[in-house]
Amino acid sequence: MNEIACKIRGLEKSFGQNHVLRGIDLDLAPGQVTVLMGANGAGKSTLVKVLCGYHRKDAGTLELGGHPYDPTDAADAISNGVVTVHQSIDDGVIPDLDVATNLTLDRLTAPGARLFVRDRQLRQAARKVAEGMGLTMDVRTRVGDLDVADRQMIAIARAMARAPRILVLDEPTSSLSAAEAERLFQLIDRLRAQGVAVLYISHRMSDIRRVADKIVCMRDGAISGIFADAPLDYEGAVSAMLGHAMTDVDIAPQAGTAPILEIEAMRLTADGPKLDFTARDGEVVAVTGLLGSGKTRLAEIIFGLADAPEGTMRIDGKPYAPRHAREAVARGVFMTPKDRRSNAVIPDFDINDNMTLPFLGAFSRLSFLSRRRQRQASDDMIGRIGVVCQGGTDSILTLSGGNQQKVIIGRWLIEPCRVLLLDEPFQGVDIGARRDIGHHIRETARGRATVVFVSEIDEALEIADRIVVLHEGAVAGEHVSGNIDLGLVVAQVSGQATGTAPGQPGTGVGTEGQQHG
Amino acid sequence: MGNERFLNFAIKYGFLILLAGLVIFFSLSTNGFGSARSAVFILQSVAITGILALGVTCTLVVDGFDLSIGSVATSSLMLSAYAMVVLELSAGSAILLCLLMGAFVGLVNGLLIVKFKVPDLLATLGMMFLLIGLQRIPTQGNSVATGMALPDGSTAEGTFSPAFLWLGRHRMDFFLENLLPVPVVIFLLIAVGIWLFLGFTRQGRLMYAIGSNERAAELVGTPVNRYKIMAYMISGVMASIGGILLAARLGRGDIASGTNLLLDSVAAALIGFAVLGAARPNAFGTAVGALFVGILLQGLTMMNAPYYTQDFVKGAVLVIALVFTFYLSSRRSAGGK
Repeated sequence: MNEIACKIRGLEKSFGQNHVLRGIDLDLAPGQVTVLMGANGAGKSTLVKVLCGYHRKDAGTLELGGHPYDPTDAADAISNGVVTVHQSIDDGVIPDLDVATNLTLDRLTAPGARLFVRDRQLRQAARKVAEGMGLTMDVRTRVGDLDVADRQMIAIARAMARAPRILVLDEPTSSLSAAEAERLFQLIDRLRAQGVAVLYISHRMSDIRRVADKIVCMRDGAISGIFADAPLDYEGAVSAMLGHAMTDVDIAPQAGTAPILEIEAMRLTADGPKLDFTARDGEVVAVTGLLGSGKTRLAEIIFGLADAPEGTMRIDGKPYAPRHAREAVARGVFMTPKDRRSNAVIPDFDINDNMTLPFLGAFSRLSFLSRRRQRQASDDMIGRIGVVCQGGTDSILTLSGGNQQKVIIGRWLIEPCRVLLLDEPFQGVDIGARRDIGHHIRETARGRATVVFVSEIDEALEIADRIVVLHEGAVAGEHVSGNIDLGLVVAQVSGQATGTAPGQPGTGVGTEGQQHG
Repeated sequence: MGNERFLNFAIKYGFLILLAGLVIFFSLSTNGFGSARSAVFILQSVAITGILALGVTCTLVVDGFDLSIGSVATSSLMLSAYAMVVLELSAGSAILLCLLMGAFVGLVNGLLIVKFKVPDLLATLGMMFLLIGLQRIPTQGNSVATGMALPDGSTAEGTFSPAFLWLGRHRMDFFLENLLPVPVVIFLLIAVGIWLFLGFTRQGRLMYAIGSNERAAELVGTPVNRYKIMAYMISGVMASIGGILLAARLGRGDIASGTNLLLDSVAAALIGFAVLGAARPNAFGTAVGALFVGILLQGLTMMNAPYYTQDFVKGAVLVIALVFTFYLSSRRSAGGK
């Protein structure tokens, strides 16, 4: 590419002590789709927010077509030709207005707009925009009545009405079906042909294979890999994104004894493949996979938050089909959900109350709580799992992320359980707390089956006796701790080795990883 | 540092100190404010409002809101009168009928909110209108009193039973003869009951958890919907008790009574946020909030402030209390890091 639409050099951004972007260098070329990959917390969203004017950069330079660029707010970014379609679609459209109004909204706010709206003219203009985008719906339809994909298209069409030079798409397919996504990709193809520089953020491999001209990987606020030569090295990109600078893992793998949780012939989605899964007494199983691999879905099904279209579950050999969390807890299936802040922490409560929340019944007599017994149990757990705090009466919000997570995990360790599910337990947790938690989980693992859902392979290696790789709703591979072929794990995570199960000869696409395995 | 400690102190005890200051000021500057009889008078004036406020506190705890309490109370007032005067039921059945009505309204409110996903303010606002209308239909918009004409031409022969009136008018001996009115005793009992329930029981703790983070409460296995419905049922029952006491005091089903109940009790519950720096709904705060308004109004009345300034005074107290709660607490959490 002889021309560069957007040039980023040495970009830095911090929030308080949290250094989120540590010197990003990135070029976006016109007529090219650059895919930005990165795990949660890698800094992708922050980079996007700096580009679209939501955050101001701390250091570094941004250039657009050779001119310096430093957007002060979203409107400034748009007037410079940088248009962003955010992950949450409804940020981009006004659901209560019709398609025509949505597509021409900018004219209503433009200086010199007339007092009365001339609907006929607006509709004509809107039809023109819609046709340019290959949209066929009636422009008088209310946007709220359209399906997700069409709404997404409208959001993008609105963005396109401003003739952008750079289009940023933040996980655009996260709520689209495969067919809907394909329409989006066709649109991206058209934009690429028109010479727009597209920055496409995703970690869905199928999307990336479809659209990417170039892949940029981010990890811990820095670029960890750039892949621009065809054919693109997808496997290399995934390893650059997940990184496995091997930490000193010191695990004596436990094979586990009797099976506790057994899942048979389960489909996670109506048209998905079937999946079998077993977790045994005393072992820690890590389930890993990319976004959309069905990891979270599986956790939700086991905990009764979602229904599986097909398949059976058993606990200790007895049928198990929880309808909600309460039933799961009653059967001894406990879960610490992901997104601690919105799903687990009670912000108004102190540590003691947060810790003892699931089992208040055990700390009360005739409904009246015994503050003393709550404190004893909580203090005990604070000591065992190593929560750094002044005391159990500290507000939970005074704790760091890692310590909050210890409280949230500790609350489920107070009582014995059959199955402990940990969904992304290391999200926003520093390395020290991560070690403490992993250590404690392994130490207490006997007497229950523990299933940990993580997207980072590192984390899986650190905690698990066995790693199960999911890819698009199917088990792509299984590995026992101790002699893990990382190349194969990465290949399976990224879907390069589909159709292989442990012990079976490779039947799918041949990759280097399989030959090693 | 000293500044911060002062701020914490102000948030925690500011409102109680203000309350004590008011009591001292009124006692010194008026004749007879500082007597037991005057104290009881204040308590009596806030008893019914306070009971309603304690009910609405329960809905605030689960992050809900009940706008229908005022109309539940007036419905209960009309229903008890109708039951005794027109239907000639006994005091016991009339009371039971009212309590059931309150619980039922609470149940419907809860179901509207939990099952039909109507936002709490809208559901209870709708219920409020419905009840205001409904309570007038059986009596064709008239007040209920013995001897009133009935639609079929006859007159109502029933009377308020003495046992029922006892609830509103009897005074118990407490150090002084005939000191404590029954409504005050009931108010104090309910206040202690709700205080114990919200503050010290498992159920109360879970209700606070729901109010603070509903999703998290659900994910630890709390039957969130059941608790929310329960909160609205408590609120409905409390409001119907308030209505019964009002009917017993008035001795007739007065169609025009109780118009201020909703706003006064909501104000008391919101003022309660500021007490002891709780920054959240709590039974002790609600009771103090109700008392605060009562003391202020009684004091001002005794200092010959005209009656029409009352609402203004209440509004001012409420605004100050809300500043205490939200502005100062936000400064504390911002500075406390």
